[in-house]
Amino acid sequence: MRRPRIRTAGRTPAALAGAVPGPAFEITFDGRPVRALPGQSIAAALWAASVLTWRTTRVNGRPRGAFCGIGSCFDCLATVNGQPNRRACLLPARPGDVVTSQEGDGHAGLVR
Amino acid sequence: MVGAGVVGAACAYYAARSGLVVAVVDSGPVAGGTTGAGEGNLLVSDKVPGPELDLALLSAALWRELAQVLPHAIEFEQKGGLVVAASPESLATLTATASGQLAAGVRATSVAADELGSLEPHLAPGLAGGFLYPQDAQVQPALAAAHLVRAARDAGASLHPGQAVTAVLTGPTGAVRGVRTGAGDLLAPVVVNATGVRGGELAALAGVELPVLPRRGFVLVTEPLPRLIRHKVYAAEYVADVSSASAALQTSPVVEGTQAGPVLIGASRERVGFDRTLSVPVVSRLATAAAALFPVLADARVLRTYHGFRPYLPDHLPAIGPDRRVPGLFHACGHEGAGIGLAPATAVLVTAAIRGEEPALDPEPFRPDRFDAASRTGHGS
Amino acid sequence: MPASSAEQPAARPERTELAVVGAGPAGLAAAVTAADGGLDVVLLDAADAPGGQYYRAPAPGLGATRPEALHHGWAEFAALVARLGRHRTAGRIRHLTGHHVWAVERSGADWTLHAVTGPDGRDGATTLDARRLLIATGSVERQLPFPGWTLPGVVGAAGAQAMLKSGLVLPGRRIVVAGSGPLLQAVAVSLARAGARVPALVEASGYGAYGRAPLVLAGNPGRLAEGARHGAALARHRIRPLTHRAVTAVHGTDRVEGVTVSRLDREWRPLPGTGRRIDCDVLAVGHGLVPQLDLAVGIGCATRCGADGSAALELDDGLRTTVPGVWAAGETGGIGGVRLALTEGELAARSVIADARGGPGTARAAALCRSRRRMRAFAELMGAVHRPGPGWTDWTAADTEVCRCEEVTTGAIRTAVAELGAGDSRTVKLLTRAGMGWCQGRTCGFAVRELAGCAADAGAPDRRPLACPVPLSVLARADRPEDA
Repeated sequence: MRRPRIRTAGRTPAALAGAVPGPAFEITFDGRPVRALPGQSIAAALWAASVLTWRTTRVNGRPRGAFCGIGSCFDCLATVNGQPNRRACLLPARPGDVVTSQEGDGHAGLVR
Repeated sequence: MVGAGVVGAACAYYAARSGLVVAVVDSGPVAGGTTGAGEGNLLVSDKVPGPELDLALLSAALWRELAQVLPHAIEFEQKGGLVVAASPESLATLTATASGQLAAGVRATSVAADELGSLEPHLAPGLAGGFLYPQDAQVQPALAAAHLVRAARDAGASLHPGQAVTAVLTGPTGAVRGVRTGAGDLLAPVVVNATGVRGGELAALAGVELPVLPRRGFVLVTEPLPRLIRHKVYAAEYVADVSSASAALQTSPVVEGTQAGPVLIGASRERVGFDRTLSVPVVSRLATAAAALFPVLADARVLRTYHGFRPYLPDHLPAIGPDRRVPGLFHACGHEGAGIGLAPATAVLVTAAIRGEEPALDPEPFRPDRFDAASRTGHGS
Repeated sequence: MPASSAEQPAARPERTELAVVGAGPAGLAAAVTAADGGLDVVLLDAADAPGGQYYRAPAPGLGATRPEALHHGWAEFAALVARLGRHRTAGRIRHLTGHHVWAVERSGADWTLHAVTGPDGRDGATTLDARRLLIATGSVERQLPFPGWTLPGVVGAAGAQAMLKSGLVLPGRRIVVAGSGPLLQAVAVSLARAGARVPALVEASGYGAYGRAPLVLAGNPGRLAEGARHGAALARHRIRPLTHRAVTAVHGTDRVEGVTVSRLDREWRPLPGTGRRIDCDVLAVGHGLVPQLDLAVGIGCATRCGADGSAALELDDGLRTTVPGVWAAGETGGIGGVRLALTEGELAARSVIADARGGPGTARAAALCRSRRRMRAFAELMGAVHRPGPGWTDWTAADTEVCRCEEVTTGAIRTAVAELGAGDSRTVKLLTRAGMGWCQGRTCGFAVRELAGCAADAGAPDRRPLACPVPLSVLARADRPEDA
């Protein structure tokens, strides 16, 4: 059974999948509120908010975000609720999650 | 020079700079064997007074010189070693060892329990005390070997990687006249066996026995971390493990940071041939011991584990110098876990022996034919 | 104090007849078939729902009423999931979600599997034993570096699709899809259906090369139909495939603003003066897939070099690896797609059942075996058509990062090879740190191997004794499962 194709500019992934998501909730990214839907990964919530970058690299300080999307490349590492090096593309967003851009190895707090 | 690991590289470097015409040949690339699996330890602290410590002290001085000459890329760091004791008994043994080492020319300072934290802030509380060995240092072993080879080439040596030696050529008198490789013959009146854990195989090609055996070690590599660990830190029991002759598994924690960020965790020793499979019990013991020394590491993730095969000789001393059984054959192998550290001193001894010059220290304890029954009786040692 | 002790040697918590690692199409088909045959099965998978990357679906919270709109062949998958559900209820399959297996070791006649648990493997750890092992760990995307590929807005093509399928999100509005392989067509169509503009589909190879093997094509009418379906869908969305071309530069400072697409010669060398800029805010790029072999290689399974230039497991007609007691199915035996994975999953399970229970080969198994051979022939053809040409390395500049984790450039790798005596990918890694970071060379491995240029090294498997990062505290307990 074929569904009629929608060709309008207003097409979205959610419309394509006929999504009727549960109530949206808020997480924060570097202090600002970001809306997330239940079941979305942190990376997905950030992409939905047009955020592509949430880490800077250890050697050259270059910006990075999600790349492989399946947990294999580790480019999407973020600090979540104070824990560094979480894979944002795998970790489901939870209400109130505090996501912060991770700098370098993410462990500056350990230095005594 | 057969072998492009750190020992072959150092031999090529010193020999070429002394004016000898040198060719380095290896079945693989530079640093493709045990060198590439090493942690890069340049230690005097783990050696008890005797010939190996003398060699280590000479080598420590030579490494400091090399660090001035070779690029910073070799990551030479005079970081110092901190040996810690968990119990008063262990501290007593460590203190006795240290006093012997002091007499032999090692620098070592006693560190009281309450001073350990200022040297290593993340060290577990409750340790009995330790000793600081400022002469201990570290290099990145593969880069050190590669830059030694490069410097040797600058001094005229040639490099022949990817060429396995299939025969040691000898003349009518039995003297060495070169080696045969897949790419042809390399003719030379002197052949140096710097093939590390394969040292016994090359010796056999020359018709002599050298009982080099592999002693496997695992290393754990953590995620990149800030410089949490400043020295090379290990437990006092490590010294006993190093000098043990047992084939059974020994583990004692050796923990250190690296310039690149990851923390390296060793050290296990077991004689299981060339078994390349992961041993969960071994890495588990290393992890347990490292977390006990540095509780901060418990949450760190281990990204990688690898193993290497130390070239072990039954008396824990390397084979260095001419093989009296085959004129022209020299050995520079069997350094077990200390090859990186002992490479320059080994090279200096081998170069002097080839040139017939006065050695920097007595080479007799390292005589390659010392395991040979006939030789033992013949020389009465 | 627990009353445990010395006389209870390593009381392993679980032991099953068959452990299946991976719940993608191959693992899922294998698990339900094995359970149908009466085996007691444990199915371990990193995700929280079955399907693997191919059948990745939105999480339940997203309330997708038409998940099938994101997939082809959904009905078949839904049927497998229903069978899985029945076996779970009946207790014949234990489906362990959120389990990342980090190592397998032999213990006596059994296999011991060590896993970390949780969405990204940070929540806990378990150990279990199984009599037989079936490896269906799938694949990851193959990437080739080019100037600008680390800029935010450049994403993996398979990654963009995975994020779309699971999170119902797009990384941007105007997405160039580039690389090589049939997956790109599927990705371009998916992205367009979900509302993205796809100004170009850039394929480094050409589709004409498939025509050189008419017999293989004739044996795989399904693949021909799939090609036609993709072609029609691309036309419908007005996506123009640009063949024999590659993205050779990315523009933008903090994020992607456009790409330069250049024509390639037969060896994939960019032709000077052919560069053309295409504006976009995202580049989705990938060069096919690479089998994920860490667990299999770790226990000593032999590999072969596939026509695509990557290592794949050596398997017999019963999908046995070279290690007794270990089977594999799907992409681990060479990249071949979902139909092949489903077929191999079932066939492998039947082979395991025959091993466990005895009995003669069935007509069904013989038919599966024939289908498998036909599809494997197509897989080899596909691998050969899209195998990167040797000229791809000309895309990279000296300062192009090859290893994204450790930020190692082409120039550093070339120096290690030319001046420092690195002769294979292992020594390149030791001398440059390429492949030593968080991903352990999963992303750059193929590229580093090609840049190292060692013939003996080509198509050799990477060795990763730990198949994923493991907290030190978990390793510390790994030998004492009763504490885990």
